[in-house]
Amino acid sequence: MQSLEITNLNVNIDGQPILKDFSLNIPKGEIHALMGPNGTGKSTLAKVIAGHEDYEVTSGEILLNGESILGKEPDEISLAGLFLAFQYPLEIPGVSIANFIRAAKQARLPENESINAVEYYKELYDKMDALKIDRKFTARSLNEGFSGGEKKRCEVLQMSMLEPDYCIMDETDSGLDIDALKIVADGVNLMRSPERGFLIITHYQRLLDYIIPDVVHVMYDGKIVHSGDAELAKELESKGYDWVKDSFVSSLAQ
Amino acid sequence: MSESIINEQEEAIKVDYEKGNFSFPEDYTYDAGTGLNEETVAYISKVKNEAEWVKEFRLKALEIFNKKPMPTHWASKDLENIVFDNIRYYLSKGQKPSRTWDEVPDDVKETFERLGIPEQERKFLAGVEAQFDSEAAYSRMKEDLEKEGVIFVGSTEGLEKYPEIFRPYFGKVIPSADNKFSALNSAVFSGGSFIYVPKGVKLKQPLQAYFRINAENFGQFERTLIIADEGSEITYMEGCTAPKFETATLHSAVVELVALKNAKIQYITVQNWSNNVFNLVTKRAHAEENAEVKWIDCNIGSRLTMKYPGVVLKGRKARGEVLSIALANDGQHQDTGAKMIHLADETSSNIISKSISIGKGRSTYRGQVHMPKHLKNCKNNTECDALLINTNSRTDTYPAITTRGEGNTVQHEASVSKVSAEQIFYMMQRGLSEGEAMSLAVNGFVNDLLKAFPMEYSVELKRLIDMEMEGSVG
Repeated sequence: MQSLEITNLNVNIDGQPILKDFSLNIPKGEIHALMGPNGTGKSTLAKVIAGHEDYEVTSGEILLNGESILGKEPDEISLAGLFLAFQYPLEIPGVSIANFIRAAKQARLPENESINAVEYYKELYDKMDALKIDRKFTARSLNEGFSGGEKKRCEVLQMSMLEPDYCIMDETDSGLDIDALKIVADGVNLMRSPERGFLIITHYQRLLDYIIPDVVHVMYDGKIVHSGDAELAKELESKGYDWVKDSFVSSLAQ
Repeated sequence: MSESIINEQEEAIKVDYEKGNFSFPEDYTYDAGTGLNEETVAYISKVKNEAEWVKEFRLKALEIFNKKPMPTHWASKDLENIVFDNIRYYLSKGQKPSRTWDEVPDDVKETFERLGIPEQERKFLAGVEAQFDSEAAYSRMKEDLEKEGVIFVGSTEGLEKYPEIFRPYFGKVIPSADNKFSALNSAVFSGGSFIYVPKGVKLKQPLQAYFRINAENFGQFERTLIIADEGSEITYMEGCTAPKFETATLHSAVVELVALKNAKIQYITVQNWSNNVFNLVTKRAHAEENAEVKWIDCNIGSRLTMKYPGVVLKGRKARGEVLSIALANDGQHQDTGAKMIHLADETSSNIISKSISIGKGRSTYRGQVHMPKHLKNCKNNTECDALLINTNSRTDTYPAITTRGEGNTVQHEASVSKVSAEQIFYMMQRGLSEGEAMSLAVNGFVNDLLKAFPMEYSVELKRLIDMEMEGSVG
C-alpha cells in the first residue's frame, strides 16, 4: 500500500481527452522516470495528481498510500505527502523564501503548535548549503527575478524542507545548464530513500545521467506505451521518439 | 527580530476585530433626537455648556452644510443613500470622561475590555482616550507627561479650558467650508482628542484614541486637533469599530494637525468599521519649517470610506508623507488617497498607496500634488499599487499632479497586479489553505510598506488582513 498508484486514469481538458487509461504504480523507495514527446500529457498528469481544478477526471483512481486523493484540495494532497516541483514555479512578490517555507512547515503542525525559529533556520541553512544556495537568498521574494536555475534549485530546497513521501518533478531539468542540473540532481540523490518515491518527468535523457532511475516509462498520446530500466532512457535518446511511435504505438493500435 | 519579541508583540495587541460585532442596550441621558436643524445644534452646544463663539461656529457651519451639494459629480453615488434626517447626531450618558476604568459605566467598560483597550494601555501606550458614541468615557495620560505640560483632552474640554492654545488653530487647517462633510462635522462635532505638545517635548510612546459606535442610526463626529510645538514629537494612533447594524451608520470626523518648526507628528489610523458605516473623514496637516508630518492610514472596514489625508508644506524643508493601505472586500468601496500642497522651497513629499480589492470590492486612489511655479527644489514621489483578487473587483487611479517651476521633481509610478489562480495553486501545493495562500499574497504585496510602520501596528494589521482573507474564501 506504500505507493503512489494511478489506475486507468482518464482526463479531459475542454472535452478533449488528454490522459487515456493511464496507469502507473510507484512504490516508496523507487525512482521512476516518465519520458515522452511534448504534448503527450506528462504535465497534465503532474497537475491532476496535485489536485489542479482545471482538469476533468472522467474515470480512474489515484491512491496515495492506499488513500484516494482524487477530488481533494491541493493543500490536502500536499499535506498527505505529495510534492510537485513545478516546471514553471510561480513568482510570489513580497513573500520571502524563508517565510514561505516556514508557512508551509507550519501548515504541517497541529494548530496549537508553532515552529521553533532557531531550529527552523538551522535546518534551512543546512539544506541551502547542501544545495549550494547562497544564504542571502532567504530574504528574497519567492521566485521573483530568479534565473531558471535559481527557480529550480528553490523548488528542490522546498522539497527537501517539506520532506514529502512522494515527489513529482515536472521537467525540472528544462532550461538548466549543466552545473545547475548537477546541483538539482545532487538534491534529489540526497533525498533518495527507501521511504520516498519519485516521479521524474523529463523530455531529455541527460538528467538521468545524474539521477539513475529504477524504472523508465515512455509515454505517448496519453498513456505509457513502454517501460524498462535505466538503459531504456539511453536507447530513447539515440533512437528518438519516432522509434517509440513506430515500435510501440502502431502495434498497440492494431 | 527574534521570535520571542514577535510573540510578545502579538500578545500585547490581541485585538480580535470580529469581537467588535456586539452592542449593549441603549441607556443615554442626553439624546439630540433624529434629524438635523438649528435646534439640534443648539441642543448639543447647550449640553456641552459651550462658549457663545463655539455655538456660532456650529450654526455657521450648519448653514454651509445645508448649502453645499453632495460631491456626487466626482464621488460615488452611494453618498445619496445617506439620509441625514434619519441620523441621531448626539448621544451621551452625560458624564465626564473617567480617569480610571473602575469609574467607567459597566457596559462601556466591558465594551472596551472586549476590544482589548485597557490591556494595550498597560503594555505600550502613553495615554488613552476611549470614546463611546458622542463622548469619551475614559481619558488618561501618564502623569509625567502631564508634568511636562502635555495636554490630552476631548474637544469640549480643550475649547473650554485652553482656548488660548487651541482656538487659533481650530478650524483653520480645515475650514468648515472645505467640503460638505467638514461642514457637517463643524456643526455637530463631539469628542475626539485635543492635544498640545510643548516645545522640545518628545513623546516616546504613542497616545491612542479608540472610537466606538454602539447605537443604531447614529452619527459619530469626533474632532481632533493636535498641535506639536517647536521641536516636539508625537505619535498618535486611532482605532475604531462598530457593531453590524441593519441600517447605515455615519462616521464623519475632522482631524487637524499643526507641526510647528522642527516638530514631528506621526498619525496612525487603523480603521475597521463594520460594513454598514459611511466613513467620510477630512484630515489635513500644516507643516512649518523643517517639520515632518506622516500619515499612516489603513482602511480595512466600512461600506464607503472617502479620505485623503493631506499635508500643507508651509515652511522651508518641511516634509510630508502618506503611507496608506486599503482593503476593499465584497460590498466595500475604499476611496482614499493623499494631498500634498507645496508652499515653500525645498519641501518634499512622499505618497505610497497600496490597495487590495477582493470579490466585488472596489478601491479608488485620488491623489493631488501641487507645486506652484515660484518654488525651488521641491520633490514629490508618488507610488500607487493595486492588487486585484478575482475578476469582479475594480480599481481606479486618479492622480492630479500640478508642477510648475524649475528644479522641482515629481515622480509617479502606478501598478496593477492580480493574484492568479496559478499562484494560489502553487502555494496550496505546498500545504497552505486557500485563505492562507491569499493572505500570504496580500501580505507580500503590502510587505515593503509594513516595514515602514511601527511594529505594533504592522503586526496588528497583518492579523486583520489574515482575518479578512480567511473570511473572503467561500
